[in-house]
Amino acid sequence: MALLRVENLHKRYGHEEVLKGVTLAQDAGETKVVIGPSGTGKSTLLRCINRLTEPDQGRVWLEDTEITSRRTDINRVRAKIGFVFQDFNLFTHLTALDNVRLGLMKVRRMPRAAATGRAMAELERVGLAAKANAYPAQLSGGQQQRVSIARALAMDPKLILFDEPTSALDPELIGEVLSVMIQLARDGMTMIVVTHEMGFARSVADEIVFMEGGVIVEQGTPDKMFRSPEVPRTGEFLRKISDLYGESR
Amino acid sequence: MNLSVWTEVAPHAPVLLRGLLINIQLLLGLISLGLVVGVVTALIEVYAPRPVGIAAGAYTWFFRGVPEIVLLFLFYFGLSQFGVPVSAFFAAVLALGLRSSAYQAQIFRGAFQSIPHGQMMAARALGLGRLRAIVHVVLPQALRLSLAGWSNEFSSVLKDTTLAWGIGVVEIMRQASYIRARNFTLTLPIYVTVALMFLVLTYVGNLAIGLAERKLRVPGLEGQR
Amino acid sequence: MNLVFDPAWLPRLGQGVLLTVQLTLYCMGLGAVLGAVLGLVRVYGGGRWSPLYWVASAYIHFFRGTPLLVQLLGIYLGLPTAGILVGPFLAGLLAMTLNTAAYQAEYFRGAIQSVKSGQMMAARALGMSRAQAIGHVIMPQALRLIIPPWSNELIYMLKYSSIVSMTALRPETMDLFGVARSIAARNFRYFEVYILVALFYLAMVLILTVALRWVERRVRIPGLGTPGRGI
Repeated sequence: MALLRVENLHKRYGHEEVLKGVTLAQDAGETKVVIGPSGTGKSTLLRCINRLTEPDQGRVWLEDTEITSRRTDINRVRAKIGFVFQDFNLFTHLTALDNVRLGLMKVRRMPRAAATGRAMAELERVGLAAKANAYPAQLSGGQQQRVSIARALAMDPKLILFDEPTSALDPELIGEVLSVMIQLARDGMTMIVVTHEMGFARSVADEIVFMEGGVIVEQGTPDKMFRSPEVPRTGEFLRKISDLYGESR
Repeated sequence: MNLSVWTEVAPHAPVLLRGLLINIQLLLGLISLGLVVGVVTALIEVYAPRPVGIAAGAYTWFFRGVPEIVLLFLFYFGLSQFGVPVSAFFAAVLALGLRSSAYQAQIFRGAFQSIPHGQMMAARALGLGRLRAIVHVVLPQALRLSLAGWSNEFSSVLKDTTLAWGIGVVEIMRQASYIRARNFTLTLPIYVTVALMFLVLTYVGNLAIGLAERKLRVPGLEGQR
Repeated sequence: MNLVFDPAWLPRLGQGVLLTVQLTLYCMGLGAVLGAVLGLVRVYGGGRWSPLYWVASAYIHFFRGTPLLVQLLGIYLGLPTAGILVGPFLAGLLAMTLNTAAYQAEYFRGAIQSVKSGQMMAARALGMSRAQAIGHVIMPQALRLIIPPWSNELIYMLKYSSIVSMTALRPETMDLFGVARSIAARNFRYFEVYILVALFYLAMVLILTVALRWVERRVRIPGLGTPGRGI
């Protein structure tokens, strides 16, 4: 059975329907990359999965828990789903260590010493143990994003959702974040990544999902999507985006 | 409080309003005095040579740090101690007006300092003298920028006019105490009525300032709202 | 003119200082609690159409839109006619607390709203409840942002505490200015006494300003409140 199942998800803002029935399934250990023009509902899709945005219609399951059910304790579900934001959203008043430790102590109720050990291990994993006592404002954008990945990892998530994790970064800082993500994918983390980084998509994704106008236009392995897409629009978009962002980063 | 209480309060409304009129006169007097002295003080703080600027700073510091009531008593009883004949009303305008000038100076100073230096330079480049550049270019812009802060000061001094009661000005609080002296049971309703009158006055005043603000707005000066 | 200052005034004025400081600190503390609750209700109380929001807003508008003196006399003279007796100290404390709570509520609202919305979202994404997110993420930031306006409010209330001199008639309930009035009324040295008392207030303002700046520096965090160092 798939780890995550999304069934016929709809969301509208006022008159504009951002999601028009999205269905997808994700196996454990899989890395899925969602691509598509901006404003086509990719971020909304991610937020609907852990109900940071409430979907209007459709259902989402994490294993055998229906996330979209009213009876589900959403906070318990969210604790199992990591979320990495485009603009990091590190807690401004907390050091890197405290940012990673807060969820462990307050949501998972872990004792302080254990939480500290775990948080330090995750900071080590993203290469920032030395910055444990720095506040977010004292870190570069790339470092902030790596701390926010550590914050997500510390919760032992079954799945991590990445919402354009490198879009807010200066070009020279993108590499350090991508290499952390590539390592995660190799370690078998289950990830859904919304991104324009085609190099990452091509080399890491198990599956690429092309979304446009609130629906999934086409999905498949990178090989299929880049070499022989079934829908002409897919090839067109991939060519344009590869020209724009470059492919080999 | 039942309904019949209010029918008892109603006949006293004209007297209260007559008192309120004195508060309004106080307000107009003190806020004009505060405006003039405040603008001059701010100009001195920003543009005058350092020693004079420091003196102006000490002035605003004094009037911002001393309670209104202390100032009222100082100006009324303190002056009369030296044989200076001041009426309670005049002393109130003076004390509250100078206090307000210190706060208004703060507002105007901030506004002066937020006018880009290029404005002054452009005016000087045209051949305007320093003083005329200030009067014709910097001041009009600064006054418009000050309106938001100024409307806060307006609401605050409007309410503070009631403190003139302490030195015997026959304004609304005095009238209220006359009424309650005659009819003790009306105490609470009378004060509630006074409170409501101030609510209305504050609201109307702010509405008028808002209107002025819209009328005097210059595109690009205040940025987006 | 010859001025006369009598050192014998000082002990009594010192007593007054004590009461003024007590009154100010109590009302600021109680007002902060009530103000925080009102501010939280305004931001998280269910939006413009919830009754809770309305009650909080009406309260704030009323106490900010009417003179403190009216509030004080309403409580001190008005409540007894409704059978509720309050002494001058309690009436003063009550009026000042209710008044400052309304102002502080607005400072809290402003501070809470200036915490970036992504902070709440990130906290919820970790699995925190709304209350946890407010307690662990929003309020710790808002409390730091509120220090400068709160310091201003403290100084305002220190000065406004002098209005309780309008009600207190017995020496043991007299604040600094009340003591000054009673001294001046006896020896007619109005100018000297009131100038002296003005200096007392200025000194207190100075001490509080310095102390609060120190606190602000102590709890300062890079990137919060002060212009950030950027990324």
